[in-house]
Amino acid sequence: MDVQTVNTDVSSRPLAIEARGLAKAYGELRAVDGIDLAVPEGMIFAILGPNGAGKTTLMRMLATLAAPDGGSARVMGHDLATAPQAVRGSIAMTGQFASLDEDLTGRENLLLLARLWGFRGRTARQRADELLESFDLTDAAKKQVKSYSGGMRRRLDIAASLVVTPGVLFLDEPTTGLDPKARQSVWRMIRELAGSGVTILLTTQYLEEADQLAERIAVIDHGRKIAEGTSRQLKAATGSGFLHVALADPARLDEAAGMLEGCLRGVAQRSVEGAEISIVAPSPAEANKALAALIADGIELADFSMGSPSLDEVFFALTGGERRVAEEAGA
Amino acid sequence: MSQPIEGGLRKVERPPEPSALSNALAFGWRAVLKFRHVPEQLFDLVMTPIMFTLLFTFVFGGALAGSPGEYLQFFLPGILVQTVCFNAVYSGMNLSTDLGKGLFDRFRSLPIWSLAPFAGLMVGDVLRHLIAGGIILTIGLVLGYRPEAGIAGVAGGFLLLLAIGFGMGWIFIVLGLLISTPTTVMTLGFSFLFPLVFASNIMVDPVTMPAWLRAFVEVNPVSLMASAIRGLMSGNASLGDVGLALVAPAVLTLVLAPVTLRLYRRQ
Repeated sequence: MDVQTVNTDVSSRPLAIEARGLAKAYGELRAVDGIDLAVPEGMIFAILGPNGAGKTTLMRMLATLAAPDGGSARVMGHDLATAPQAVRGSIAMTGQFASLDEDLTGRENLLLLARLWGFRGRTARQRADELLESFDLTDAAKKQVKSYSGGMRRRLDIAASLVVTPGVLFLDEPTTGLDPKARQSVWRMIRELAGSGVTILLTTQYLEEADQLAERIAVIDHGRKIAEGTSRQLKAATGSGFLHVALADPARLDEAAGMLEGCLRGVAQRSVEGAEISIVAPSPAEANKALAALIADGIELADFSMGSPSLDEVFFALTGGERRVAEEAGA
Repeated sequence: MSQPIEGGLRKVERPPEPSALSNALAFGWRAVLKFRHVPEQLFDLVMTPIMFTLLFTFVFGGALAGSPGEYLQFFLPGILVQTVCFNAVYSGMNLSTDLGKGLFDRFRSLPIWSLAPFAGLMVGDVLRHLIAGGIILTIGLVLGYRPEAGIAGVAGGFLLLLAIGFGMGWIFIVLGLLISTPTTVMTLGFSFLFPLVFASNIMVDPVTMPAWLRAFVEVNPVSLMASAIRGLMSGNASLGDVGLALVAPAVLTLVLAPVTLRLYRRQ
């Protein structure tokens, strides 16, 4: 496995998270299989990967909720293994499933956390009300959380993580299951938080989310980091140019993909619904030659374009390639 | 949704670290709030004992003790023990529900005393035991039950009840931590408790039981608890009776509290 280290120039800011070889196995399954991370303070850092890639396990280890089997990590300067309570004092975590008490009201949930942090009486109440107002929940403050919509829950859940401003905020799939409007609103909160200096580590399976929010992205698959960099760097590393072809006749998709793979010596990604093929083209000249070959063979094109890959294509190029190598090794 | 979020986003420093007691009280406050928001839970807790009290007193009372009134005098302290034991099952169910929702993930990622959430559960349990016990006692008094030892005897009996509830509570906290389906916690809990409660001296004096069963009933911790409560409320309990009743709760606490902590940290 060769990790594509796209760029090692992580600025000189102090590190909020510094992990070396973190690993965790559940029985035979190596959920996280040796991951290094370096996240500078104040950055939004996305961990991108499919379901079961190990994103949540990695985050739970960093948030002291699961003990690593191997490796080490420091969060806000505190060692995960020797000073977990100090780590807890400088982080907050919003899990994938709302970590709220459904029977209590929104305000009571925030008051409980404020008291657990050590705020008393009036100060606790003021902080709870201030958060409710900021997250547009004042009207729902006295309603039980079980009556909240998905978007309201998510807002309250994030508010609950901000009772004391954390050094690092962990967000596990912060917008999964939200409608587009609620998603936009969560994104805005995340940006504002990062603007105020909070380091944010978020996991997502949405490429768009990573693209929109994150300064840096680590792509994770099968418990390993397979690439890391800015969105632009990841796109550039996959191939300077991507050739996108749409066929007039979907029946010839496989034939066309085979020809393109032959001409351009790469792995073509096909989408059956749109009879579309995407493939890395080392240069416009070679793309041109490949297109000419298709046309010469009588394959009619509905559309074609050259451009940089979408993050989706980067992702599939990275994870798909990895699987192929694994399969070949196994065979 | 267009409001600015400066207020909530301003930088808030951590206040001075709260004490373990303050953490536990915060969780206790949560337990109290639960009673306010989900009063139905009390219905579940008291319906079974109320039914047991009424049915046993009027259906079997005459046959078992000559008259319903005399039977109630024997049965009421025992039903209090049964109520407390059954209540503990609900506490385990609540814990299992909480764990399933990711709520404890938030608690575990906070810099708090790690046993505080359990202390909060205990506060909830104590309230549940007092409320359910109070209701049963009231019904008993209305039906003609008379505690010979008066208020002091009742108070002593209730203190012992709380100790029993505390001890039994650990069993179901451990089950709640181990089992992720709340209904399984309930099923397992009751299939463990029913034989223990029925094969005791709560409902009948064991003199008519076959010898092998009587041998079990006489050492069944539930019998020892029922005898001690009966003794306290009628004013003829010896220190030895109370001591024997406390053996099981003490052993359960000593063994299961560390197990609880380990299971909770391991998750």
